[in-house]
Amino acid sequence: MRLLGEEKRKKRLDRSIKVRSEGLYALSSWGEMAYLIMPRVVLILGLLVLPLILEMYWQRVLCSAGIYALLALGFDFLAEYVGLVCLGGAFFIGAGGYISGLLNAYFGWSPLLSIPIATIVGAVISTLVLLPCLRLRGIYFAIVSFMFPLFSVYIIIALNAFGSTEGISALANLPNIWVEQYLIIGAVILSLFALRRLVIEDIGVIFQSIKDNDQAVKASGINITAYKAKAVFIASLIGCFGGAYLSHLYGWLGLSLFAMDFSILPIAASVMGGMGSLVGPVIGAFILTPLSEALRGFGQLRVVLYCLILIGFMVYKPEGLMNYLERKYHQFEHWERV
Amino acid sequence: MDIVIYGTVNSVIFALIAVGFTLVYGVSRIPNFAHGSIYVLVGFLTWSFVNDLKINYALAILVSLIIAAILGFIIYRLILIRLRGMATSEIIASFAVSLIILEGLRMQGIAGFKGFIGPFYILQPFIEGKLNIFGVFVDYQRLIIIGGGFAVVTFLWFFTHHTKMGLSLRAIAQDERAAMMLGVNSDKTAMISLAIGSALAGLAAVIILPLGSVTVEAGYKVLIYALAVCIIGGLGSWAGAVLASFVIGFAMKISTAFFGAVWESVVLVGTIIFILLFRPSGLLGKQKELEERV
Repeated sequence: MRLLGEEKRKKRLDRSIKVRSEGLYALSSWGEMAYLIMPRVVLILGLLVLPLILEMYWQRVLCSAGIYALLALGFDFLAEYVGLVCLGGAFFIGAGGYISGLLNAYFGWSPLLSIPIATIVGAVISTLVLLPCLRLRGIYFAIVSFMFPLFSVYIIIALNAFGSTEGISALANLPNIWVEQYLIIGAVILSLFALRRLVIEDIGVIFQSIKDNDQAVKASGINITAYKAKAVFIASLIGCFGGAYLSHLYGWLGLSLFAMDFSILPIAASVMGGMGSLVGPVIGAFILTPLSEALRGFGQLRVVLYCLILIGFMVYKPEGLMNYLERKYHQFEHWERV
Repeated sequence: MDIVIYGTVNSVIFALIAVGFTLVYGVSRIPNFAHGSIYVLVGFLTWSFVNDLKINYALAILVSLIIAAILGFIIYRLILIRLRGMATSEIIASFAVSLIILEGLRMQGIAGFKGFIGPFYILQPFIEGKLNIFGVFVDYQRLIIIGGGFAVVTFLWFFTHHTKMGLSLRAIAQDERAAMMLGVNSDKTAMISLAIGSALAGLAAVIILPLGSVTVEAGYKVLIYALAVCIIGGLGSWAGAVLASFVIGFAMKISTAFFGAVWESVVLVGTIIFILLFRPSGLLGKQKELEERV
């Protein structure tokens, strides 16, 4: 759309079926119902079918893509619905992964028990750690959260605990590859739809208003720190599950659970998929992870590549893939003369 | 006595690292997460100029500082200018730039580039030798750091309070709209502030790096230190940053002296969390619209 010197402009109109399928009238015909349900069904079926058609190697990649998808979901939820830009996704992975791995290594608990416990305990710990920083807004919070994974590494080295720099290997794995895949895919689908529901509930409205104007929420007599803590708890629940699952996926825990990859790839996935759509980050993660896997031979170039994709999308396509697709799905557009 | 002297050196190092970041954030409200990467980049550039191209040391430093300034300029002009006002995007984009530079430096095998890995990249101290102060031996480089730190802070104070350019930087920081009405070009000013900030990161690098070797990991560390100083001092607060660097510098030195070097980072986190609990806006930071930030 150029403003000067052009006599054309783009006109967008909602498709009639979109208007018809809003509200109760959607029930009036199969067409409208299909219009509403189809994107969701395509996504869910697509994710469920993926393990069946992939080869062994790519099945493992699918598992790690699921972890990144969970992190990206958590990031998107915190950034777009609560206003907390959390650059330290790796901290959630590390907390979940270490707790689950240590329970397994020291007490011999089965992964089926240690993963749920690590998810909850890890989320509680992450929330408590981030609690002092929740008074901070926007940039301030981003900066502090960015430090936590890096400092955790220093602290673990300083204490010389938990296997220190070598980590602990030979943790119990999950029963078989099918359980591994469907566990993570189930978790992704569940948390995706749970979050989508959550953000339109009352609590979601409060979260959104904290993002938009926290002083006004405060003035309404709502304790914003408590709500931010709840939001962080939800996001870290998702992230810690990913971490706990990861340590059993590879049967190993170590300092690389706090690696920069876990912080940066979910952000790239969110930006690529479209911030604020919740589905977008998941799709972005399922695109970016195989891409980075294919580039494994290039070593550090991978991180550079994510960042280039990130900046490219941010500067040239800030709406992201999902918002673009959504627009195409709901609207038709044409050029008209001015 | 050595705690006092080395603590001061440490504090001045923190101040040097943080001034550039504070300047940029205070003026353009852009958190320049590429700060640490520019610091490291200047270190490596200087090293390459001296060792590969055999340029005179002083000239090499000057050239790399100019390159740093141009880089800051480019980062703003190409990327950040499109993201002004969107805090989330600014953070993510500048963080991505930082990662591109840092991980790019570590990259191997493209066009015969070996990648800067390992502790082999050492910059020479300006003057070799040590000085005995009250029974403590201090090498000249550390004295240069103290002198340089005070010079930089004084110069910046003078620059922002008594020159036209500096005053327009502060004007943008205080009230962008009013400054624009008085003919200050906001984008140009932000661009200049980013260039100066990057050059300051580079200056800190060439003064501090001769104490050890140049490594890529230092980039993350420097970013964290800069952020820590700014958070504790109150983001964008000038005097706060200096005060905070002394608080952190001495806290870390004392903890190293009594508990050992591994606890340094723990003390740093502890200090940050402790201060945030009691003063969420930092030691001297105030969340007022018309607060003096530069």
